[in-house]
Amino acid sequence: MLERDVLVVGAGPAGLAASIEAAKAGADVLLVDLNMKPGGQLFKQIHKFFGSSAHRSGTRGFDIGLKLLEEAKEAGVEIWLQSTVVGAFPGNLIAIEKGVDGGAKEVITLKSKKVIIATGASENVVRFKGWTTPGVMGAGAAQTMINVNHVKPGKKIVMVGSGNVGLIVSYQLMQAGCDVVALIEAAPKIGGYAVHAAKIRRAGVPIYTKHTVVEAIPGEDGTVCKVVIAQVDDHFNPIPGTEETIEADTVTIGAGLKPATDMVKLEKCQLTFNGPFGGFIPLHNDKMETSKSGVYVAGDATGVEEANTALEEGKIAGISAVESLGLISPKEAEKRRIEIWDRLEALRMGPFGERRQQEKDNILKEYEEKIGTAVEMD
Amino acid sequence: MCLRVDEHCILDVENKAPLVEISVDGNTIKAHEGEPILAALLSNGIKVNRYTVKKHEPRGLFCGIGQCSDCSMVVDGKANVRTCITPVKAGMVIKTQDGLK
Repeated sequence: MLERDVLVVGAGPAGLAASIEAAKAGADVLLVDLNMKPGGQLFKQIHKFFGSSAHRSGTRGFDIGLKLLEEAKEAGVEIWLQSTVVGAFPGNLIAIEKGVDGGAKEVITLKSKKVIIATGASENVVRFKGWTTPGVMGAGAAQTMINVNHVKPGKKIVMVGSGNVGLIVSYQLMQAGCDVVALIEAAPKIGGYAVHAAKIRRAGVPIYTKHTVVEAIPGEDGTVCKVVIAQVDDHFNPIPGTEETIEADTVTIGAGLKPATDMVKLEKCQLTFNGPFGGFIPLHNDKMETSKSGVYVAGDATGVEEANTALEEGKIAGISAVESLGLISPKEAEKRRIEIWDRLEALRMGPFGERRQQEKDNILKEYEEKIGTAVEMD
Repeated sequence: MCLRVDEHCILDVENKAPLVEISVDGNTIKAHEGEPILAALLSNGIKVNRYTVKKHEPRGLFCGIGQCSDCSMVVDGKANVRTCITPVKAGMVIKTQDGLK
């Protein structure tokens, strides 16, 4: 049977960082990802990152991705693409389905001493009449099309949601040559950074706050051709008589993300609900270990944040995994974890970050109270 | 309708992979080898990938990263192929999926 020291699931920033740390310490690491390419969402992030120089501010997401892939290669991380975890069984056994849809697929059983789950997040949806019509999609889906596949999702775009995703992707859609005809926000205020909002306002995109999408109307070909928006009252209900019809072939929804916890559930790790982090998340301690001994988590799967926090959490998970394998001393591991938690604290500052720091502290506390020490469950 | 991004201020959008021919519902279109099938179709203005089982409603690109299955099509006779994470190969025969087949 195939055996590895560490299995890492998800090759985004968290999974790559975890793999690199573990492999550098001498562990046999297998990193799996269901996509055609590694890097997670980094390769669609063509904007320069904010933050301090320690966190590569001013660097574009895809350059960070390239650097990580290089480091992973140097460290000897084995990467399987188009590979999905489909089962977890007693005795540290993991079933991985390998292969492309329509082609020959095989299910491989792996015995892995440690598992690091870095499965990221999935996009939230806003439902309105016609939301399943082709042409209505996630803002992230549109971003993948333009920045990774270099194909426009459509010509005239209505963006729903003015958080940072909605704002940044609107700008990037314009950079790709699309026409963003409206940005819709149900709240009375723009959700994301003013600097991003200013950029798209300067480019002439009308921003409709206190508005929602009422309907996406398909044309003869069955795809979106018109979008009806309306003002909302204080309870976010559309106000009759305020409808406006916009000519557009695409609606992109940037309504936030929720942690992807399927694998965490498969491993029967204990979850907790956390609104600010996007929904149900696995309880974890300061080693990023879940309620199940030897199973670690990192990145958006532990609560939706951003690439830099994912990277740092990934490093902690990697370090903790090799510590428990006896590849580095507990003293060394603890020293490095403290350094990383300090950097994470620096990332979780400011109007958007403070709340996340508070919630992270609460989660660590909840872990202490409910679990204390991770238990062997098999 | 061509939806390829042909100019970009940051990205090098030139796809150096060879252009190959694939068949979509009987029509031949050009696609870059290795790009997701979905991207090739979208660049040719094809936005409907399948029709639902019960209500026969059209579906197309929704998540773009293999999570939602809305872009599933029949590829070389096999149904339920998520076209957003399946690469193009020369000579592929692709059909709009109707229900489960």
